[in-house]
Amino acid sequence: MSFKYAYYTGCAAKGVCPELHQSTLAVARALGIELVELKSASCCGAGVIGELEYETQLAMNARNLALAERMGTDMLTVCGTCQGVLSRANHDLKGDDLRGRINEVISDSGGPYGGTIQPKHLLWVLIQDYGIKRLEERIKNPLTGLRVGPFYGCYILRPSEYLGFDDPYNPKSLEQVIRALGAQPVDYSGRTKCCGFPIVLEQESSAMRMVGTNLLEAMDKGADCLVTPCPLCHMNLDIYQGRAEKEMDRKIGLPILHLPQLVGLALGIEPRELGLEKNMVDTGRLLELASRGGVRV
Amino acid sequence: MRIEIEIERSCPGEGQAARFQSFHVEVPRHATVLDTLMAVKNQEDGSVTFRRSCRSAICGSCAMRINGRSGLACDTQVEGELRRHGKLRIQPLAHMPVVRDLAVEIDPFWARVRAVQPWVERPREAEPSWPVEQETRMPQSAAEEMDDTSKCIMCMSCFSACEVAEVDTRFLGPAALAKAYRFVADPRDTNTQNRLATLNGGGGYWDCTRCNQCVEACPKDVKPMEAIVHLRREAIRAGFTGTIGSRHITDFLSIVRQEGRLNEGRMPMQMKGFNPFKLLPVLPLAWRMWRKGKLPLPWHWPIPGVSQVRRIMDRKGGARRKSFVVGKGDLK
Repeated sequence: MSFKYAYYTGCAAKGVCPELHQSTLAVARALGIELVELKSASCCGAGVIGELEYETQLAMNARNLALAERMGTDMLTVCGTCQGVLSRANHDLKGDDLRGRINEVISDSGGPYGGTIQPKHLLWVLIQDYGIKRLEERIKNPLTGLRVGPFYGCYILRPSEYLGFDDPYNPKSLEQVIRALGAQPVDYSGRTKCCGFPIVLEQESSAMRMVGTNLLEAMDKGADCLVTPCPLCHMNLDIYQGRAEKEMDRKIGLPILHLPQLVGLALGIEPRELGLEKNMVDTGRLLELASRGGVRV
Repeated sequence: MRIEIEIERSCPGEGQAARFQSFHVEVPRHATVLDTLMAVKNQEDGSVTFRRSCRSAICGSCAMRINGRSGLACDTQVEGELRRHGKLRIQPLAHMPVVRDLAVEIDPFWARVRAVQPWVERPREAEPSWPVEQETRMPQSAAEEMDDTSKCIMCMSCFSACEVAEVDTRFLGPAALAKAYRFVADPRDTNTQNRLATLNGGGGYWDCTRCNQCVEACPKDVKPMEAIVHLRREAIRAGFTGTIGSRHITDFLSIVRQEGRLNEGRMPMQMKGFNPFKLLPVLPLAWRMWRKGKLPLPWHWPIPGVSQVRRIMDRKGGARRKSFVVGKGDLK
């Protein structure tokens, strides 16, 4: 069976989270998933452009989806936020009237889009297309004993009307993958909550309280690290973790892994190839723990 | 079927802290959570306290947290909850003080709704020659624009689900802001500028983190977050462009138009106006990011095909954009 996708990197994987792009490519190689990068795809608008000009954002994404459609494959995303925006756009573009109107706008700019493909997050691809069983067969270095807190992020879950993959109140996909890798998922209420990233510039202390509350809850429930399918959550939880520590007046030091970084470790890929040294919160102790089979000393 | 229901019970006024109490009751398969609570109250313990009235998702009285989700007890079936979560655990709405068990103090919520002046402001002098019967007419399109927000039954589910309300007590919250948009969108209202100005500051529409919890929780499909987003749009169009929130949107648009994708390295610089003193606080973080190989350069090459992206962006809203994205030099 062959797996081929039009790879939509999104902005973060090409900018502030190069380790996400790096680990995605490494994991795809190890799993035999062929990724063809959509180099001329634009930003999805992240819902920010859509706040002011929804149809501009929709037209940009009709163009992005059309690029994948011309390759004749579904689109693979690695960003929960991109996924949310693209799922909503694809949902809206299913209507012939609106798609027709948007296609007029993009006719000489990458269009038209026929509405025949699906944008799918790597997390969904692993479960829906690749299959958990096949993934389990590829595990060389099971993450036995590692307690991993899933952090979904908002846009891969809500509004469920447009996404529909997971139950927004009791999602299971990250837990399924964590178990397949040999690790143990940590149950905590923060797993479906907001990281606060969209207001980090506007209301930093609110955003930091969100980060701090979620991370401390996961830690108190015994998490050794968190894994997230969204690089924007990653930014807030990882890059800003130091500020959250100040806001909460408590040391946290919880490593935050991108989904393909965690999968890659279990596939036996070298940490450096997964860009783990680029994570702001040190992952050294986590790697040691993983190498000891989760045995705590 | 015989089911177990766990109810969070407390009475802060009498010094009783919150604790879960389990009840086992017999209910029909199609029973709602409210049916189950009534069965508990009638058969097991008459002191279990909750609000309810219409039992038809109209009055909004019986909102509570059901397995962590804020929603109406009367339109949630027990069977679905048990299938979804394997348990039935009921708690009072969040972010409001508990009076007793599942009944919360509603004044803090209503104070927020009152703060947005939820009524049409239109001095009689505005249209002195109009007969009274014409005064309330509006085009169908305007009615449709505010249709979602008009459906609100003030059940407080969205406020309880709101993640910003959890960390910031000043935040007006989804229902009050959706109500505000209902009057901003109302063509009869003459107070739009004041409404937008009042809500442009702390606690208003820029403090929403767009987490969609309110959209997901709302039992009447009001989509409060979308109303908040519309308030932001109206604020920018009305010239309220000085806040960090509005700059975030307009600068985002301008960077994506220039490079085809967002550049996180440039965003803070652009928003703080390239002012070295304002940038000083972000320098230590930028330095640590640079050492980790994570700091994007403030400018990078545009994506291939950026001219297509610019064309699309200019066709959709380019003319209007010129009026509020000023001084960037990258718009035609």
